[in-house]
Amino acid sequence: MLILKCPYCGVMADETELSPGGEAHLTRHGPGSDDTEFEAYLFMRENPRGVHFERWRHAHGCGKWFHAARCTQTLEVFGTYSAQTTRPPQDLLDTISEKRPGWRWRDLA
Amino acid sequence: MSTRLATGGRLTDRSDRLEFTFNGKRLTGFAGDTLASALLANDQMLVGRSFKYHRPRGVVASGAEEPNALVNLGTGDRVEPNQRATTTELFHGLSATSQNHWPSLEHDIGALNGLVAPVLTAGFYYKMFIHPRPFWKHIYEPFIRQSAGLGRAPDPEARDPDTYEHVHAHVDVLVLGGGVAGLQAAHAAGAAGAQVLLLEQSPHLGGRAPVDGGTIDGQDPEAWVEATVAALKAMDNVDIRTRTMGAGIYDHGYVLGYERLNDHAPWLAGPRHRLWRIRAGQVVTATGAIERPLSFAGNDVPGVMLASAMRDYLVNYGVAAGDRTVVVTNNDDAYRTAIILKQAGLDVPAILDAREYGGGALAAEARALGIRVEQGRAIAKVQGGKRVTGVAICAQAGAGGLLEEIPCDAVAMSGGWSPVVHLWSHCGGKLLWDDAQAMFRPDPDRAPTGADGAPMLRVAGAANGFLRLGDTLRDAEAQGREAAAALGFTPGAGAAPAAEATEEAPLAPVWLMPQGARDDLRKKAWLDYQNDVKVSDVQLAAQEGFESVEHTKRYTTLGMATDQGKLSNINGLATLSRALGEEIPQVGTTTFRPPYTPISMGAIAGEAKGKLFQPIRKTPLHDWHEAHGAHWEPVGQWRRPYAYPQPGESVHDAVMREVTATRTGLGLLDASTLGKILVKGPDAGRFMDMMYTNMMSTLKPGRCRYGLMCSENGFLIDDGVVARIDDQTFLCHTTTGGADRIHAHMEEWLQTEWWDWQVYTANLTEQYAQIAVVGPKARAVLDKLGGMDLSAEALPFMGWAEGTLGGLPARVFRISFSGELSFEVAVPAHRGRALWERLHEAGAEFGATPYGTEALHIMRAEKGFIMIGDETDGTVIPQDLGLHWAISKKKDDYLGKRAQARSHMTDPDRWQLVGLETLEGGVLPDGAYAVAPGRNANGQRNTQGRVTSSYHSPTLGRGIAMGLVHKGPERMGEEIAFAMEDGETMMRARIVSPVFFDPDGEKQNV
Repeated sequence: MLILKCPYCGVMADETELSPGGEAHLTRHGPGSDDTEFEAYLFMRENPRGVHFERWRHAHGCGKWFHAARCTQTLEVFGTYSAQTTRPPQDLLDTISEKRPGWRWRDLA
Repeated sequence: MSTRLATGGRLTDRSDRLEFTFNGKRLTGFAGDTLASALLANDQMLVGRSFKYHRPRGVVASGAEEPNALVNLGTGDRVEPNQRATTTELFHGLSATSQNHWPSLEHDIGALNGLVAPVLTAGFYYKMFIHPRPFWKHIYEPFIRQSAGLGRAPDPEARDPDTYEHVHAHVDVLVLGGGVAGLQAAHAAGAAGAQVLLLEQSPHLGGRAPVDGGTIDGQDPEAWVEATVAALKAMDNVDIRTRTMGAGIYDHGYVLGYERLNDHAPWLAGPRHRLWRIRAGQVVTATGAIERPLSFAGNDVPGVMLASAMRDYLVNYGVAAGDRTVVVTNNDDAYRTAIILKQAGLDVPAILDAREYGGGALAAEARALGIRVEQGRAIAKVQGGKRVTGVAICAQAGAGGLLEEIPCDAVAMSGGWSPVVHLWSHCGGKLLWDDAQAMFRPDPDRAPTGADGAPMLRVAGAANGFLRLGDTLRDAEAQGREAAAALGFTPGAGAAPAAEATEEAPLAPVWLMPQGARDDLRKKAWLDYQNDVKVSDVQLAAQEGFESVEHTKRYTTLGMATDQGKLSNINGLATLSRALGEEIPQVGTTTFRPPYTPISMGAIAGEAKGKLFQPIRKTPLHDWHEAHGAHWEPVGQWRRPYAYPQPGESVHDAVMREVTATRTGLGLLDASTLGKILVKGPDAGRFMDMMYTNMMSTLKPGRCRYGLMCSENGFLIDDGVVARIDDQTFLCHTTTGGADRIHAHMEEWLQTEWWDWQVYTANLTEQYAQIAVVGPKARAVLDKLGGMDLSAEALPFMGWAEGTLGGLPARVFRISFSGELSFEVAVPAHRGRALWERLHEAGAEFGATPYGTEALHIMRAEKGFIMIGDETDGTVIPQDLGLHWAISKKKDDYLGKRAQARSHMTDPDRWQLVGLETLEGGVLPDGAYAVAPGRNANGQRNTQGRVTSSYHSPTLGRGIAMGLVHKGPERMGEEIAFAMEDGETMMRARIVSPVFFDPDGEKQNV
């Protein structure tokens, strides 16, 4: 039962208030994309033991989507941030680097 | 025999005599007794039978770890199996029966299993019941099910008459366990200013200390406990709950507590159990330790008991387990039992200390009392069947050669102590092996961590491996202070109380007694009492290649009983490690999972049962439906009328009548549950084009369009009519069940993909009541209400208009899901009842008939209209349903477009929608499969289609169905066979157009 801070309304939200939305920062591939790209977009997901970036929605709260960076192994939460971005904020990446030297996630490190 | 002594029993009140029954026998005990202590006081040592061999079983422990004394408790609807007698408080009128025996506890036929025990070894079921294969289903499984299981559940039709509740709590420091360590830790954290909650599973605070003796701050432990509890109760920031167990620890400081409010006094009002859902900043577990049995032959004979348990029964309840007790041990602690028995005037013929070097000060004390103490000695074998009659003594170093036989009626054993590390392990805490004490204890360097990555859990006292009183209290004070400090509180100047305990000689690990026990002895040396796992079984598993402790557990069922191996785990894995020739830490432990001991299903459910199981959504017309005899159908969280049977009318007949009345006159449907989502903004058109497969941006204000929504994976997820309100505004109707889901779907794309688009959505579903006015007389009744021109010219099909209808502000949508002339009228929710009643009044002359969801379904099926959830199941694309006309070819993109271009989606072999007409007039079963020639790799019949909707059509007087059939649209007129439930009987149907009625739409075109 995680607790994540909703970056919009500021609430420390219990997991029962939230609905999970899977991996963060996917790039949409629509008509015109080739089969490999489309398959990757639709189905291929990271399954890290460690640092992970996810989408969550404060479903039983303010209704807003947001991003969360956490460790799937220890459940440490590095931070939550806006859904309206294609890349985690730099200060969050710095925090993670401090706590998990040498981490990698997709093209982030 | 076991008996109540003339005096003693610090927890019992001898002035309060309680009557209870065991297997129908009337017995008495005292207030403060547990069921186990009361049974022992009545010489009822035999309390049950084991699972596999039906061996006689007696009470072995005194607490939550008890594997044997499980009873069926209560009567009638309140009967509950597998209740531990050791943790069941006695009350007046308690009724318990023993389990797992037939025909009686004393004479059990299943005990014959014991005679064939050599065959029933580890993995017996796996080895025996595999061949011949067909025997499993008809012979083996019914037989095993009959003989398996512990206790009996109440009648399946019974309803638990008790109530349960959940409570939420947020605290700084949660302390689990109310022994001296828990009390001291709570005191340290409380003194620092933290909000503290302490949970204790038993009714008593203080744990074992008052039984085990010693002094704390110069006081008797019992006096110290009393003073400390008083001090804690005087602190505003400390709460204590007894009879409340810390059941499980989860992520980010989430803890479940299980409170038994009136199990001990069922006549009390209020909930029976309470589930505490706690968020704690820091958790301190002070859960103590559990004594381990020793593995010698016959260690399961009733009368063999943990030394600490025997001490508990004597000190706490004034009950002696036997008159002549032999004590067998590998450590000093068990000497306390011998001493206390002797002091109570009972006979202790011998203490058998497996250690060559013997014990320390306690051994000297025992000797001084005149007790014979033998060093390097062991029990070769316990004599007796339903009760211990004696022990055969041998050298611990040997193979079991008899040295002497000692008659006795009880054996107190101690194999050392295992810290209760369950809660630590629940949330990922790791263990380390303490060689000196032969125990696993929490590894403080690998603690469970919280959201901030710092440790969220600390362990205090015996649970942390500190078994001596002084060490326990020092550790508890430190852990309590650290927990508070971790949350920013400043611990004060307090210090741990000084405690004195007798110096003890080191324990010597003993995993088998004697260490080289012969085969016949190992086959009688029990590890898991409840599941009948012996030393020989674990050794056999190792021999057969089960090297992983997790595999061995499942193969032998070691530790899989209701006690989850609280007594057997460590002995079992030590036995495995020896068999494998590896060190214990290399073999490791099995996984501890919550709850610590079983908690009731009632507590888990809490208030969520009956009417409170799920909230019910009601339309503004709900009360009218109720008053008019609606037969309800749950649709998502809504209740919708399925039909309105009249007195004496069957539901089916009502449905038929409603369809006919609507097709021939006037039908009225409460359509308020349909989703109504407003999409508004400068980019609304662009957004709608992405959401729907249709081109929505070209829809003119004042017009409606039927639209389809797909997932990005291409599958059809919802449908409905979209009305364009104005240039920047669309009103999207969704299915009843889809409103919230589709609104969330829209928001997801708006917030996470196209956040720069200027679009807003609002779910207005409950803001409007919507009534479908359907049938040849639909226009006539609305004209009677008056106020709007609803003529074919003013409001053509798929148009909508806003105005005042019969004095009510209304939007009228001319749309049809029945094929009839049809208007859906939306009014503000609070005006819905008024409109509905006026329509009935004005429509009386046209035979106005309310109709329910089944009539709606039949009429849409007669017209070949699809229903989300019937024709779709998450694997169907619009193209399968012949809905190409609703898929825009002009748009570059919409959700699902790319996916629908994949090879499998464009495969001509996909099953496609057709109508199905039964040949003999029957109704096809919903979901029936059409068989195709041949069989697949699993020997199942090949299929070529399935029924998605099926009804009896009163309009056509026969069965009609829709289905998805392989290349269906190309096979019009062909007959195919559908398999009935038995898989053999066939029903034949002809493939036809799914539009059964009025294919040219003449009825709505008026």
